[in-house]
Amino acid sequence: MLSQTLQYLFSGLTNGAIYALSALGFSLIYNASGVINFAQGEFIMLGGVAAVLLTSAGVPLPLAILLAVLMVAVVGLLLEKFAIEPAGDADVVSLIIITIGASIFLQGVAQVVFGKGQRALAPFTGDAPIVIAGASLLPQSLWMIGTGAVIVLVLAWFFGRTRLGKAMLATAHNRLAARLVGINTRHVLALSFVISAALGAIAGVVSAPITLTSYDVGIMVGLKGFVAATLGGLGSGVGAVVGGLILGLMEALAAGYISSAYKDAVPFALIILILFFMPRGLFGARVTERV
Amino acid sequence: MSATPADGAPLLEVADLCTYYGRIQALHGVSLSVPSGSLVALVGANGAGKTTLLRTISGVNRASSGAIVFDGRDITRTRSDLRVRSGISQVPEGRQMFGPMSVEDNLRLGAYTRPAAQAQRSIERMYAMFPVLEARRMQPAGTLSGGQQQMLAIGRALMSQPRLLLLDEPSMGLAPQLVAEIFAAIVALAKEGVTILLVEQNAHAALSIADFGYVLETGKTVMSGSGRDLLADERVKQAYLGM
Repeated sequence: MLSQTLQYLFSGLTNGAIYALSALGFSLIYNASGVINFAQGEFIMLGGVAAVLLTSAGVPLPLAILLAVLMVAVVGLLLEKFAIEPAGDADVVSLIIITIGASIFLQGVAQVVFGKGQRALAPFTGDAPIVIAGASLLPQSLWMIGTGAVIVLVLAWFFGRTRLGKAMLATAHNRLAARLVGINTRHVLALSFVISAALGAIAGVVSAPITLTSYDVGIMVGLKGFVAATLGGLGSGVGAVVGGLILGLMEALAAGYISSAYKDAVPFALIILILFFMPRGLFGARVTERV
Repeated sequence: MSATPADGAPLLEVADLCTYYGRIQALHGVSLSVPSGSLVALVGANGAGKTTLLRTISGVNRASSGAIVFDGRDITRTRSDLRVRSGISQVPEGRQMFGPMSVEDNLRLGAYTRPAAQAQRSIERMYAMFPVLEARRMQPAGTLSGGQQQMLAIGRALMSQPRLLLLDEPSMGLAPQLVAEIFAAIVALAKEGVTILLVEQNAHAALSIADFGYVLETGKTVMSGSGRDLLADERVKQAYLGM
């Protein structure tokens, strides 16, 4: 009984780490622009797909991972430069629709290059499960959870301690004031796409050995990342992480105790409840400013 | 009455500036000149285009025609962050704090265009100027009172060490005693040699401390003269001073 629950928790945390990274990507771009970037899931897909293609072309795994993340970061930059920036001062809804278009485009390209099949990346450090109190944990799960934790720490340092990170936060809090102190908010927006794309690619690469990858994995994991971000409160970094982990755990518990058929229904039932009863999520922006 | 400020080379020269706000034309050819080292006031009713003019000078609004010349260089099409780097800093209407961030972070971000090492000394100067900010340095800026936020907004704008300070309605929403305090700080800054363009609805207070003043009506400068002359002018008295 205990070992079974532990097994669900392991599985929940593993997926939750990926949802958290995806949710962080949503929140970053939302903060910089107010836009929900529906191409976020495609960054995850591209990361996995690129790593698989590179390793099957003979590139050693560590180098393939690095190249895959860099390539997807460049895709993020190009998306901002050639799809978002030319739209100029278009309203947020138009920009969101542009990201949906970009998402379909990226899927199409991936389908042509990668084919329609599913492929797995080799696990980073073998696939002999580690048994803890009767529950088994794949080494790759530890990679996923560990990578998620490291990235959260790096982002906390970046936004809490560095000038550039604070400038990005400041732009989210008050764009007019950010421009008036000399922050180039266009660069902030481009940078947020680059960081989000890199986060997505990392999530895609570390999860590819377990979840497999194909041209269309981005849709589901992207939407779940969006649910996680909304659950945590859009724009909140802590919220994205907590929301991702909660969503992963809820899914795993529902799959374990109810039926695995309902696993994918959890996030979508959840988002309806969130939007009805707590649209700001767990850590959403509270109004602290006096007028 | 129409005059141009006599002394000193102009630090800022605005010529025939037009700006649209959405589809509405907010500025219909504004011309003014701010001599180096002077305090120039721009007064006018609500909706006259005062805020739009300042935002166009600082580059967050686009000019549709006309010219803005700063320190001899045409900056009409220059990006706003580059204008800050060249020495223009604006205290925006309504303070515009980075609300959830600390007072000190707000100040430090004001020095975003300068090397980080130089920011610390400037922060000490701002604390000397506004001691209440030091007492609250770790508090989120959004929790400060209106007067404290105005001091922080001025401090943040000064952190870039501007040669031209644009002040937009610094007295708005403040109690009379705080207005006096803020205006005393503005006079002290002017004495230190900072060139100031002050926009105010509180025409009497602004013209009283200004070397030179302009009156803006529906997007045009309709009158100009020394602060004292404008204060004594019958039309200004009637329209803006309630006398």
